[in-house]
Amino acid sequence: MSMPPSAASTTYSNSSYSEGFRPSMHSSNPSFAGAGLRLPSNRKTIYDRNLNRSRNAELSRASFAFLFMEMVTHAQRKIKSVSDFEKKLNEQGYPLGMKLLDLLLYRSSPAGSATSTSTPAVRPLRILPLLTLINNKLYPLLFSRPADSLEQDTQDASKYMIIDNTPLTNTYISVPKEMNQLSVAAFIAGIIEGVCDGAGFQCKVSAHNQGTDVWPNRTVFLVAFDESVMERERELERQGVK
Amino acid sequence: MSYYFVVVSPSDTPLFEYTFGTSKAGGNGQAHFRNGESSRYMNQFIVHATLDVVEEVQWLSPNMWLKVIDNYVPTNSHISCFMTGTNVRFMLLHQPSSSGTAAGSRASTLSSSSIAQNPTSPQTEEAIRQFMTEVYEIWVKTLMNPFYKIGDEIKSPIFRTRVAAAGRKWL
Repeated sequence: MSMPPSAASTTYSNSSYSEGFRPSMHSSNPSFAGAGLRLPSNRKTIYDRNLNRSRNAELSRASFAFLFMEMVTHAQRKIKSVSDFEKKLNEQGYPLGMKLLDLLLYRSSPAGSATSTSTPAVRPLRILPLLTLINNKLYPLLFSRPADSLEQDTQDASKYMIIDNTPLTNTYISVPKEMNQLSVAAFIAGIIEGVCDGAGFQCKVSAHNQGTDVWPNRTVFLVAFDESVMERERELERQGVK
Repeated sequence: MSYYFVVVSPSDTPLFEYTFGTSKAGGNGQAHFRNGESSRYMNQFIVHATLDVVEEVQWLSPNMWLKVIDNYVPTNSHISCFMTGTNVRFMLLHQPSSSGTAAGSRASTLSSSSIAQNPTSPQTEEAIRQFMTEVYEIWVKTLMNPFYKIGDEIKSPIFRTRVAAAGRKWL
């Protein structure tokens, strides 16, 4: 775990840095030299890659656990309270959600949509299609399974709950006693908030621990939509938009 | 036909601009707007005025491809819109080449359904839809770049080359 810093930097400069990427600004590629653009050694840019995930090409859980551990450690610096901590994790997830939404919609359209004549995916206009999209599409994309349940608050119509019995983020993180309010699933809450905001549904999403005997890590994501969204929802309901 | 393509963020900031002409029917890919030099700011003006129409229709149709949603009669310009899931708008202003000019003699021999002459024909609409769908794919790839922040201008020269290639292919 604790590698001496000198050893770490030596490995880095010996293998990947000098051969894989050229750190100098003077690129050897003449066509993009003026723009200062550096291409990877195999000349494949992000634009050359296919957006559709090949079947079973999943990331290792260990690498996610390691990276997420580092993110939690990073977020832990210079924080005053638990809510500060959760806000930081939330902010790390938010841009991810913004970007995932369009990837999700791209992938749910028929493969190779540029050539096919069928219509591409549709944007969610109402709250329910949006939340089902998160439950049934976003969750499988991230965690290879749908979320466990989707509920609406009985008192407040603008509040919804997405329930996850075994959130991946909490599996390998142990929370000290003095921070027992903390839920590191705030990261997932940030992703959900990013998706909703991106689709034009302003809301606040927070993660709450509600462990049961069977599911000690059970987490409730509380999605509270803004009044402006509810107003639009009522108007669309009146006009019969689905 | 001359085209002006712009990507507009949800907060109405232009993220990417590209002006080009048709490569079909003997076109050389250069834009020839009939309002000449003033087209540079007029096109921006017209497209931004169209954003109001986009906001009127965006919640009524769940489709991404919103077709031709506005036109500007004085320059015979038509504006098509494609809306992504994150409410980023791809706007395409297309203006058929004016008949009677040098290009007109050649264009007049083409059928009225050709993309260059008839901005509202189903063929043109289909070509623009294909173009938009292809740009959408390139745009999602831009999003996948971890160094691209949402709402930033798209500066990648590769993105520009890809959009230009899509323009040549379909329009």
